[in-house]
Amino acid sequence: MNGTAISVRKVSKDFAVGDSTIRVLHDISVDVQAGELTYLVGESGSGKTTLISIIAGILYPTVGDVSVFDTPIYGLSDNDLVRFRLANIGFIFQQYNLLPTLTAAENAAIPLIAGGMQRAEAVERARVLLEKLNISDQSDKYPRQLSGGQQQRVAIARALVHEPRLIVCDEPTAALDAKSGRRVMDLLREVALAAERAVIIVTHDNRIFDLADRILAMEDGRITRDGRDTSILQHQEAQ
Amino acid sequence: MNWVAIRMLTGDRVKFIGLVFGIAFSTLLITQQLTLFVNLVMRGGVAVQEVATADIWVMDPASRTVDVIFPMPITALDRVRAVPGVAFASPMLRSNASIRTPDGDLEGVTVIGVDDSALIGLPRKMFEGVPERLMDPDAVFIDDTGARKLFGDTAGVVGTQLELNDQRALVKGIVDSTPTFTAQVTLYTRYSNALNYVPGTRNRLSFVLVRSDGRIPPETLVQRIEQQTGLKARTSVDFTRDGIDFIMDNTGIPINFGITVVLGVIVGVAIVGLTLSLFLRDNIKQFGALKAIGVTNRKIKGMVAAQSFLVTLIGYGLGLVMATAFIGFGAANSDAFKGFYVPWEIPLITLGLVLAIVGLTSRIAMRSVLNTEPAEVFR
Repeated sequence: MNGTAISVRKVSKDFAVGDSTIRVLHDISVDVQAGELTYLVGESGSGKTTLISIIAGILYPTVGDVSVFDTPIYGLSDNDLVRFRLANIGFIFQQYNLLPTLTAAENAAIPLIAGGMQRAEAVERARVLLEKLNISDQSDKYPRQLSGGQQQRVAIARALVHEPRLIVCDEPTAALDAKSGRRVMDLLREVALAAERAVIIVTHDNRIFDLADRILAMEDGRITRDGRDTSILQHQEAQ
Repeated sequence: MNWVAIRMLTGDRVKFIGLVFGIAFSTLLITQQLTLFVNLVMRGGVAVQEVATADIWVMDPASRTVDVIFPMPITALDRVRAVPGVAFASPMLRSNASIRTPDGDLEGVTVIGVDDSALIGLPRKMFEGVPERLMDPDAVFIDDTGARKLFGDTAGVVGTQLELNDQRALVKGIVDSTPTFTAQVTLYTRYSNALNYVPGTRNRLSFVLVRSDGRIPPETLVQRIEQQTGLKARTSVDFTRDGIDFIMDNTGIPINFGITVVLGVIVGVAIVGLTLSLFLRDNIKQFGALKAIGVTNRKIKGMVAAQSFLVTLIGYGLGLVMATAFIGFGAANSDAFKGFYVPWEIPLITLGLVLAIVGLTSRIAMRSVLNTEPAEVFR
């Protein structure tokens, strides 16, 4: 079912700084297809985190519309938007943001539990996913007992366990060494990417650019390159 | 999500223990101080409550409590007896005197003269001996607390000879009574004996103890006695209340205990508030992540409420056990605490205050969590 997963239309975002406002996104329009692994790259301050936050439904745009799988998410009420996120979006954070007092399996089960599933059933489903991610032997360990790569796999499991249609990742390899980062990305591509699902990754890490289906490069709040062709890879690597 | 909240809380042992002990300490302080306060002021009414046989206490209109007395002439007894509805009326004398202690010191005592024949006015329970021994010549009963105060122990006290206002008194029994607010040694004797022991004044009748014949309620009889005799009459319940009110109105006890209770609340708010704030702030990133994932503010509130409920339950329970143990141990081992107990209302009041402390502090601390934008997790 490859089709348009995300439609961003004329999105701008202003932030108030003291008495003035700063526009960090300028009139952005872009579509992301389902079944694609899309990278959002750019220097710090280019606006990529703001854009992914808006796409993920956790930051309201100043102007413009965003549709995720044909749902105009900023037309939803606050509560409906939260429910939409819970059902349709999986998050992978740079610092994993695992709850330190829960085991790996319990952390991975959180979206299911938040959705109302019984704890035992949710944890069992999380264990199945952890097995798929090759860390079933770490299921009962706490985050502090896991390596960075293992924690990121738990975070991936948490993002996927409720089978969302959009996965957003913020610098998923930033805290990992090259080998672990590569392994996590290979795994993410293998497990997360599906015909009916879109994956958007914000990253600086040019070591993993070759795994992308598409790279959107941002500069000063605008998308300056859309790398369906591979030229952007060279451009980013040269930078 | 409540179990997630509980695991978040209990996983951070230092803060969890800090919260529990903050609440436990507040509970202990509030419960213990309120209990001491209530029991202390209730001692203002103990002397009335001990006399189970009297429905009504009649006194001079100027008298206010059992310790603030203006004596009446003995003719008052006959005037009361003449009031229809009075089943019996007995004289009672309360006065201060001095006895020489076994080690030669003088000790101030309260002498209570009770009805010569019916012994109305004695406390309801005997610690040692039988009431009839008060009929013996020069016989006095001493209260158990006073016996321990004077002699160190109650053993061997019966049979002891005392020098009461330079006159001979023989201890023939020990009564089991709760100390009054002044905690003076109390000696009971027959009214006629008491007149000999205490310094002579013209009027030496402190109270007339009355029992209604049952045909009219005590409240009606009180009015009738007052109308017919011009004396002041109070039911036992009202006179007990008068003793308590006198302490409330004329001592600094309510203010001092009130200050301590307020301090308990402030300490609770400070400890619980700071610890809870720190705990929530430390977890703000995790809460932010939960909000991004799709946990609603309502569920976040529920999580914080679950955490607050757990620490309240454990902390309050622990504090209550400690306070009850403190009071129980004191009552069992110290005459100063004799008869002290924790009235059922106090744990409820404390629970209300503790809930207010936790409710207030968690509400304030929660604001930072609720105000956290989910987008913060990407920054």
